[in-house]
Amino acid sequence: MPAPEAAPAPAAPPPADLVNVQIDGVWLKFPKGTRMIEACKQAKKEVPHYCYHPKLSSPGNCRMCLVEMGMPPRPAPGQEPEKDEHGMPKIGWMPRPVIACANTVAEGMGIRTESTLTQEVRKGVMEFLLINHPLDCPICDQAGECRLQEFSVEHGKGESRFREEKVKKPKNVDIGPRVRLDDERCIMCSRCIRFTAEIADAPVLGFTERGSYTTLAVHPGKRLEHNYSLNTVDICPVGALTSNDFRFQQRVWFLTETNSICQGCGRGCNMETHARGDTIYRQTPRENNDVNSNWMCDRGRLDFHFVNSEFRLTDPMVKNQGKHEVTSWKKAIQAVANAAVGVKGEEIAIIASARMTNEELFFVKQLAKILGTENVDVIPRLGEGDNYLSAADKNPNSNGAKLILGSEPGSKLAGITELMSRGRLRVVLALGENLLKCGFERRDLEKIPSLVTLHILANASAELSQIVLPGNAYAEKRGSMINVTGRLQRMDRAVNAPGNARDTWEILRDLVVACGGSNGLHSIEDVFSRLAAEVPAFQGLSFAKIGDLGVPVLETDEKIPLLEREKERKAKGIIVG
Amino acid sequence: MAIQYISGKEPHAREKRLIFKNIDRVGFTPSIDSFLEDGGYEQLKVALKMEKSAIINEVKASGLRGRGGAGFPTGVKWGFIPPTNTKPVYIICNADESEPGTFKDRYILHQDPHQLLEGMIIACFAVNAKLGYIYIREEFPQAAIIVEKAIAEARAKGFLGKDILGSGFDCELYVHRGAGAYICGEETGLIESLEGKRPYPRIKPPYFPAALGLYMSPTIVNNVESLCHVKHIIQMGGAEYAKLGTPNNTGTRILCVSGDVQKPGYYEVEVGKVTMGEVIDVLCGGMKPGRKLKAIIPGGSSSKVLRADEKFKLKDGREIGIMDIPMDFDTMAACGSMAGSGGVIIMDDSRSMTWVINNLNNFYAHESCGQCTPCREGSLWMKKISDRIVSGEASPDDVDSLESVANQIEGKTICAFGEACSWPTQSFIKKFRDEMKGDCKPELVGEIVSDEGKVAAAGLAA
Repeated sequence: MPAPEAAPAPAAPPPADLVNVQIDGVWLKFPKGTRMIEACKQAKKEVPHYCYHPKLSSPGNCRMCLVEMGMPPRPAPGQEPEKDEHGMPKIGWMPRPVIACANTVAEGMGIRTESTLTQEVRKGVMEFLLINHPLDCPICDQAGECRLQEFSVEHGKGESRFREEKVKKPKNVDIGPRVRLDDERCIMCSRCIRFTAEIADAPVLGFTERGSYTTLAVHPGKRLEHNYSLNTVDICPVGALTSNDFRFQQRVWFLTETNSICQGCGRGCNMETHARGDTIYRQTPRENNDVNSNWMCDRGRLDFHFVNSEFRLTDPMVKNQGKHEVTSWKKAIQAVANAAVGVKGEEIAIIASARMTNEELFFVKQLAKILGTENVDVIPRLGEGDNYLSAADKNPNSNGAKLILGSEPGSKLAGITELMSRGRLRVVLALGENLLKCGFERRDLEKIPSLVTLHILANASAELSQIVLPGNAYAEKRGSMINVTGRLQRMDRAVNAPGNARDTWEILRDLVVACGGSNGLHSIEDVFSRLAAEVPAFQGLSFAKIGDLGVPVLETDEKIPLLEREKERKAKGIIVG
Repeated sequence: MAIQYISGKEPHAREKRLIFKNIDRVGFTPSIDSFLEDGGYEQLKVALKMEKSAIINEVKASGLRGRGGAGFPTGVKWGFIPPTNTKPVYIICNADESEPGTFKDRYILHQDPHQLLEGMIIACFAVNAKLGYIYIREEFPQAAIIVEKAIAEARAKGFLGKDILGSGFDCELYVHRGAGAYICGEETGLIESLEGKRPYPRIKPPYFPAALGLYMSPTIVNNVESLCHVKHIIQMGGAEYAKLGTPNNTGTRILCVSGDVQKPGYYEVEVGKVTMGEVIDVLCGGMKPGRKLKAIIPGGSSSKVLRADEKFKLKDGREIGIMDIPMDFDTMAACGSMAGSGGVIIMDDSRSMTWVINNLNNFYAHESCGQCTPCREGSLWMKKISDRIVSGEASPDDVDSLESVANQIEGKTICAFGEACSWPTQSFIKKFRDEMKGDCKPELVGEIVSDEGKVAAAGLAA
């Protein structure tokens, strides 16, 4: 009897396209197409390199990633390939090293990252890179995070046998408003050139001269001035490109990095804030392939100096006979409660900010509820986006404000302004915004009997306010925000707020309590848990679960132009991604 | 009618003039009329009626190996174009003849440009390239003018352009001028230059020109002389052509002999049918009076030097002296050097090897493109060390440093320039170490320290 016809099997998933690769004697499996350098990295055998960058094309020019490589020899016809003790084909090692950055793994390939050949090659390349290098580490900004230093320790020779004159090249070259060039330090890896050409579409950098005299330069009549120029400083593996803003300000080994989120627009570029003590010295992009890749704009990264400003508000103040007097927090909070409690809800307005964290906005909502007002809004900031990362929404947390306050940012401002101009508002709380800079008229603000400003900087609106509450800046707080693509992201405290300024969320909580609300929230984690319980989009999340890279919480159709292009280049195999 | 040559420039009886048939020929001009009178473009007519694959097979059968330096089989190279290719195919004629000691292509371009064009158009037809470029080095301004004129003439006669000779095949050739860089002779550097960029050689893999060449399309890069041979292969048939020369070293090639011989110049011979000794003594009339042979660079400045008294062991067990080496690809490789571009540099006992290597190191330091680290830094370092050796400011251990710098370059670079610049130093030191050390001052051992070294030494002492 013929066997019954088998039912058509469900389409099996294609077998994983894996290849066997031996790295330093251990056989491992990697997806086809994996670059050798990435395979080694996954095998915890980091291969030193200068020119290779996963987000840029691989020219293979530095030669630092040369490794010993082998393949099983093709067996003679009719012959079985010789097997090693693992039953894998025996590897025929090539006499010449190959670059690990641009070559991909293949079935049966062997890689030796620690062999004599590999080590000799690295030593040679290191020596070559140093013979014409000025070795001015003591005064170099890159010292401490310099790849030349790093690999000198691991692969360098103890002494120099170079007895010749070094090549002299231009130093302290002004190539743009924010970036400076020292050609003698340059190792010609071309990362900056590739960044400007491939990512920033502003190919203003190039090499002139040739051989050992090769010199990095801006093209005649051009400047490195686009809004992403400082990324070249980040990816420069040596001290050739330095930031005008940061140079000679601080030794990098004294800096502490804190994970944060850029506040410059709704993109929420992931970044690190570098500080020593309570002073911020620089901000650098932190890789997040769902947000900003490895990059960020110059405007965003340089927008931290206000945190260090001498105009920071350091003490709560209450106006007495037209003059601000420093007071205690307890008295200041009570003064706000005294002014607001008992006033009819429609005579109160709260103008908050989409620069606030979700946790702060949570209390803004609580406060509005307890004061019985529906006059609550944030100030929208629409500007121009670019074709890279910068979003048109210049607020970092418009999505959070919309989600938590439950209304479109800015939708109630006209109404509030109207009430204000008609003198109908008895209490206005300006939380994190300078009202005079947001379209409100001084004559209207002067009609408010109780104007309260919670801000970090002394400004004209604070000057008009009866009560001034000093909050903390983004770099001084922990909290979460939702970017324009709907991603919930977290920021950490890099520095402490000056003087008696306090965490903004705590000030708001104390206001809620003083106005009759209940307490019980003592940490950002607590606040977020409450948010998670109340806001469906946050369901199941905790502050810890947001992680360093954030989680998507809202569906948006917002695309990130720069990332879209990177995806294309990755699909074409031009970059690793 | 017998071909007449300019008096004093007649080919030697041992020569076999195929490519250089019209060089120094009385009454022959670069004009198309001259070429046509001599039967020019007849092979193109033949080829256009052949199957494309048949032409490639003839070239394969001919055993023709590239005359630019690497000696790679031309027909095999043509076969590397991916069969599934849908992009345009390009042919580039590498007329960036810059290898020191080599001066053959220049004569073809100057005196017989149509021979090149005919070979190149046949090659274009064979690989279905509708566009070809002739990349002429900057230092050949006259050649560029002559070749451009030849292209215009060929186009006017219908050998170029649309529907060549009614075959339906369209082809255009253009001259592209270099800007004075040796590295543009490296095929991927040349392609970058042609694309308007700095001539930085590309990494291979993945950028093998036959698959990802000019504008990331399949591209065949052939030397001037190699393309000329194509015409003769069609004329003779691949198998017949392969009877010229010796097995695996077929055809004729032009040797460019320079240096200390009585009659330096160009000599077209069957590959492997003359020995080094015959080149020197028969073709070139021997060494200069009273002089003895000291060393030979047999295939352009990048090839490893051979010492006059060396003995070379061949695969078949024979041991031969320098004068017995047949001028072919394989034996020259077996002797530890290469036939390269055919530039034979003869040096007699009046020559200082220190001076020679310094001269070469100056050239390579000047010509390194600077893209990758070992060559960029190493070539200038080698020059600086050999500068000191020549000027008597070196200690004997500087010779060892020089050798190790070369070792640190070889095999670690993007392109073959790394070998080109390190092989001379390696071979000269290997074979003339005592002479070079003899030019150094033993009393300087440990005395030559750079400022940086002094600082380091001070630190150690403290």
